[in-house]
Amino acid sequence: MPASVSLQAYLVLAAVLFAIGLFGVVTRRTTIGILLGIELMLNSVNINLVAFARYHGDVAGLVFTVFTISITVAEVALGLALVILIFRVRRTAIADHLDLLRG
Amino acid sequence: MTDSGSLALVALLLPAAAFLVLALAYPLRRSGRAAGWVSIACAAGALLAALRAWSLQTPEGMTRLAYEWIPQEAGSLASVGVLADADSIVMLVLVALISFLVQVYSLGYLDTEPRPALGRYYTYQSLFAFSMMGLVLAPGFLQLFIFWELVGLCSYLLIGYWYDRPEAARAAVKAFWITKAGDVGLLIGIVLLWLRTGTFDYLEIYDLVRAGDLPLAGLGAVTFCLYLGAMGKSAQFPLHVWLPDAMEGPTPVSALIHAATMVTAGVYLLRRTIWLFALTPDVLLIIGWVGAFTALLAAVLACVQSDIKRVLAYSTVSQLGYMMAAMGAGFAAAGFLHLLTHGIFKALLFLGAGAVIHAVGSNDVYHMGGLRRTMPQTAVVFLVGTLSLAGIPLFGGFFSKEEILGAVWSGGLALPFWMLVAAAFLTAFYMFRVVFLAFWGDPYRRPPGIGPHGAAAHEAHPHDPPPVMGLPLWLLAILSVAIGIFFVRYHPEPEFTAPGWLTPLAVAVAVGGIALAWLTYQARVVSADVLARVFAPIRRAALARFWLDDLFEGLYRGALLGFSAVVGWIDRYLVDGIVNLFSAWTLTWGDRLRRIQSGLPQDYVYGLAVGLLLLLIWVQWPR
Repeated sequence: MPASVSLQAYLVLAAVLFAIGLFGVVTRRTTIGILLGIELMLNSVNINLVAFARYHGDVAGLVFTVFTISITVAEVALGLALVILIFRVRRTAIADHLDLLRG
Repeated sequence: MTDSGSLALVALLLPAAAFLVLALAYPLRRSGRAAGWVSIACAAGALLAALRAWSLQTPEGMTRLAYEWIPQEAGSLASVGVLADADSIVMLVLVALISFLVQVYSLGYLDTEPRPALGRYYTYQSLFAFSMMGLVLAPGFLQLFIFWELVGLCSYLLIGYWYDRPEAARAAVKAFWITKAGDVGLLIGIVLLWLRTGTFDYLEIYDLVRAGDLPLAGLGAVTFCLYLGAMGKSAQFPLHVWLPDAMEGPTPVSALIHAATMVTAGVYLLRRTIWLFALTPDVLLIIGWVGAFTALLAAVLACVQSDIKRVLAYSTVSQLGYMMAAMGAGFAAAGFLHLLTHGIFKALLFLGAGAVIHAVGSNDVYHMGGLRRTMPQTAVVFLVGTLSLAGIPLFGGFFSKEEILGAVWSGGLALPFWMLVAAAFLTAFYMFRVVFLAFWGDPYRRPPGIGPHGAAAHEAHPHDPPPVMGLPLWLLAILSVAIGIFFVRYHPEPEFTAPGWLTPLAVAVAVGGIALAWLTYQARVVSADVLARVFAPIRRAALARFWLDDLFEGLYRGALLGFSAVVGWIDRYLVDGIVNLFSAWTLTWGDRLRRIQSGLPQDYVYGLAVGLLLLLIWVQWPR
């Protein structure tokens, strides 16, 4: 990590990325878009992990990042499968239409 | 086992054992007569123990066997046990004797009963014997109250023995409620007395009274409350209305419980605690007046009854009034003596009436007549009982009745004295009315299809009862005469000096009553219709039982229905209203809160994010 770039900058980047992801999750109408938002939030967490790993000089954070990335892949695969199933059953993948649990 | 206390304890526990065996051994109870024999055997044992205890008892001796029941740091709070002295032992003998004879008699009287019902009957009889003996032997108020309630229970159970008959069930409930009204007073009195003295024990309270340590202020309320209990149990005006209805039970039960023993419990209570009542002369005065009034009122009521058992029931109420009047005059021994003699001859009268009812199949004296030819033995014993009750010399009731009259006169209760004399006249009249109607005159020709039992068996000639019923009758008759003769020979020293004209007056009044009955119902010189017309207002009032039952029923209904209406309003509008309000609120708010469950995952995520944000702000807020 270049010395000129402080830890804080990375954390701000991660926070911005997390906020963008959250915004996507809350506002997107398509379920695919929501999944993409979740990916952004997860990656902001990864940035945090890597930044702190470098800051403390501890490789454990890097190892964890590898784990998260692989788990994220699995999760996306599962999520997409669910979306496809929902589309098959309900003939739609728009989140606003999936309100079976409305009180 | 050699002192009267232990023997009394044996007498007390034998019927308890019989009750437990019959209550627990189901097959034995269902077997009927066998259950009866168990009960009778225990009653006989109790009688022997009681007689032996009596023979050992000296007039001044006192044995106290007490077992600590409720222990307390500062001595025992309550003890149970046996207090054997001259009074309790002689009362124990009376209870054991009548109880035994009635149980034997019942074997004949209830011979057509189904076997399980007979077993039930004897179970109750044993329980009653135990309860009554426990009451008699109680060393303190607490045990007295427990057994007081137990005899009330037995009375209820035995009045309602034929519980499938609505009148019997009604009478049982009536007896239970009305005596219970008095019992509440008794309980309050006992507790008030305990608050003052800290003990339930007769002897300890007696010592306090003797030492003058019992504060007199407000004691009248205590003794009056105790008297209320006696009033309910001993059928004093105005709580006497249950006793005539109690005749719905089997006749032996009436003889035992509602004539000889249980109804005298109130008198016995006063006899035991007369030293306490003596401290409150006002209450004694009330007792005397109420007793005399009850005696006269019940005697009037008895004159218009045609049901032989009801005549006897009112006569019991009347005689209880006599005893209470003597208590009120302050001479408890006279009242107690009448209790004992009355127990013998009234049991005799009831059992005699039972024999007649058993033979004729009807309670109505107008359905009898000429029975002295068909039932000579019953006629003789019934006549003995009647003469005893009327107070003819040489018979059981003469001396004790005269004693009461003397006591009331010496006690200074002039008007109650004359009320009692009038009642004595009426007693002789109504009893001989029954005798002349039932045992003399022409045999009653029953129109077809009339009579409560309507059984063809009773159409045949009535006849004397079998020995199992006859022997108790004869024994009681002999005892009645023996007591009369005994008191002529060994005239006990009375506590007062009766005026010399008292004996002639008492005899004259009794003979006058008999003469009037003879003129009216046998010689037919005086027409019964004319008598009825002369005393028309009283007769009408007496036939309506002086409207007391109606009054009680009206009050009871009014109070109950009024209270029910209030409770119903509270339940319907107050309790239900609050519940309805809460349920309405719940519905409204539930409906409103439902809207936040949109079912859209994004809304929930949004909520989560905002919530997390607020939480972070709250945690990080500088303070």
